[in-house]
Amino acid sequence: MAKNIIEKIWDQHIVYEEQGKPDLLYIDLHLLHEVTSPQAFEGLRLANRTVRRPDLCFATMDHNVPTRNRDAIKDPIARKQINTLQSNCDEFGVELANMDHPDQGIVHIIGPELGLTQPGKTIVCGDSHTSTHGAFGAIAFGIGTSEVEHVLSTQTLWQTKPKTMEIRVNGKLGFGVTAKDIILAIIAKFGIDMGTGHIAEYTGEAIRNLTMEERMTICNMSIEAGAKAGLISPDETTIAYLKGRKHVPEGDAFDKAAATWLALASDEGATYDTVVEIDADEIEPFVTWGTNPAMGSGITSHVPYAKDFESESDKEALKQALAYMGLEEGAPLTSIDIQHVFIGSCTNARLSDLRAAAKVIEGKKVHSSVTAIVVPGSRTVKKQAEEEGLDAIFLEAGFEWRESGCSMCLAMNDDVVPTGERCASTSNRNFEGRQGAGARTHLMSPAMAAASAIAGHFVDVRELQATKA
Amino acid sequence: MEPINKVVSVVTPLDRKNVDTDQIISKEFLKRIERTGFGKYVFYHWRFHEDGSEVKDFVLNDERFKGSKILVAHENFGCGSSREHAPWSILDYGFNVVIAPSFADIFHNNCMKNGLLPIKLTVSEVEELLANGQQQPYSVEVNLEKQTVTGQDGKTYSFDIDPYYKQMLLNGWDEISLTFQYEEHIAKYEERVKQSV
Repeated sequence: MAKNIIEKIWDQHIVYEEQGKPDLLYIDLHLLHEVTSPQAFEGLRLANRTVRRPDLCFATMDHNVPTRNRDAIKDPIARKQINTLQSNCDEFGVELANMDHPDQGIVHIIGPELGLTQPGKTIVCGDSHTSTHGAFGAIAFGIGTSEVEHVLSTQTLWQTKPKTMEIRVNGKLGFGVTAKDIILAIIAKFGIDMGTGHIAEYTGEAIRNLTMEERMTICNMSIEAGAKAGLISPDETTIAYLKGRKHVPEGDAFDKAAATWLALASDEGATYDTVVEIDADEIEPFVTWGTNPAMGSGITSHVPYAKDFESESDKEALKQALAYMGLEEGAPLTSIDIQHVFIGSCTNARLSDLRAAAKVIEGKKVHSSVTAIVVPGSRTVKKQAEEEGLDAIFLEAGFEWRESGCSMCLAMNDDVVPTGERCASTSNRNFEGRQGAGARTHLMSPAMAAASAIAGHFVDVRELQATKA
Repeated sequence: MEPINKVVSVVTPLDRKNVDTDQIISKEFLKRIERTGFGKYVFYHWRFHEDGSEVKDFVLNDERFKGSKILVAHENFGCGSSREHAPWSILDYGFNVVIAPSFADIFHNNCMKNGLLPIKLTVSEVEELLANGQQQPYSVEVNLEKQTVTGQDGKTYSFDIDPYYKQMLLNGWDEISLTFQYEEHIAKYEERVKQSV
């Protein structure tokens, strides 16, 4: 019988199954960071337990780390959390890319970079954006700290088999439309709980044409659609990306692995519990105007009116969102002024993202009322960007060029948007207070954020790109 | 975790949908390395103004709901971040039960590991509970064993729950200890994988 990739990977990882119980699933890769792991390690110590497979764990510091003046974390509670990860990894024998390590970066950026992320794996991390790794054809999902502790001590998790969903993106993308616009358009069209109880596979011509970095942007935001995980069947693009990476096998072993990986792709005629479709040519550069990732529209559009919604609860949600965001119904999106631009996060801080932003701003200046920062996703991305001279382009334009970390995506460090101010952000969440208490976040692609930095308000980046071409 | 079966309390009606975990527990409180003591930070930016004074019309600040053990909200409760600090803070504040038409997956899992009972009722049942709770303090009895929620007026709602998690919650079991009983299967799985490489 034809199987989809989700069923194939799931079935391969069942350690134990019994009627009336969730499946006991084996976990191939456990990624850790400083914020959601300390209580789990403490739990091990209290119960006198060990880490079953430290060789399948990998840790880094990302959420809390400063992006400048790295050696001096002023906040004692934050410093303690960083130091605790170091001592836990030392004590339990877990490999760690700490702040001084050349591989340090956002956990979802360095997993793929190092080749730890591979097709067919089950991957977990105490972070909801673990879905990013699905881009390689892995089942990758975020877990809470109790589950982190469970994986540390047993290398397994009890999981109820989720439903499967196909999200098909038909046809070709229009000029100037990016992976970020695809995923924002999908969430806006189908809602932030469209994927609840499901693992989604992205399929269709537009998905096949994406690079690995673009696929990571899409899968990253699967959780914003409520899906447990999102993935893409491996193909030659996947294989080419993996070849030569640190943790990927070499020579004959690579060829053998590649054949196994390609065979994981969903079979012809495989079925899903739920199928949704969107046409790529109906997608335009996207900007969110509200307080969840589904509250967004194409840049040529406007903030919606309450009358556009049918249910009372949706009307009420719009009212609450616009009150928080300081926006009026019907305002054209291009009329919205901004004070901050953040280019970074596990969604959009890879080399191709920085290239796309640099291309838009080259030879231009950041608007006088805007503070703009670039936070590369990893130290490797930073180094590669500097080798290409991207840092010079950003600095010349008036951007700040920072050290890698999660930074202003969740503002746990000092990178905070002040109350009432507005930020064009390449990150993944525009929830109330996400980038700082009272801060107003608008999600968009790196090219759109870069264009906004120059103009001081949202603009249709295609107009700039068209003049340039 | 603490076992849970019967909970009797007035309901706290939180008239919001898509309540995300960033609202439940804001990021500035995630730096602590403990599991306890998060209750005073729950819904912080909805409860308090910037100067630290209470937001008067926020439901958790309403005297009538002080001491309530049951939170009721609209659909997709707990969406967003995987932070387990969300159920930790809700429990630590004093709630033992959250009732909503739907929950985000990771939050739902996290509740089960901590003895916070997430109850799914239909949209119309939740709307009825919210409406009752908003009019005047409305008390209900939650019974996990029977899988029922019974209002002070006798109105009874039934809910479904996965039998595995029901047992976990009723008994307050430590899941890791249970999993250790499957060690033989885990070792066998690892052996099989080693052979196939």
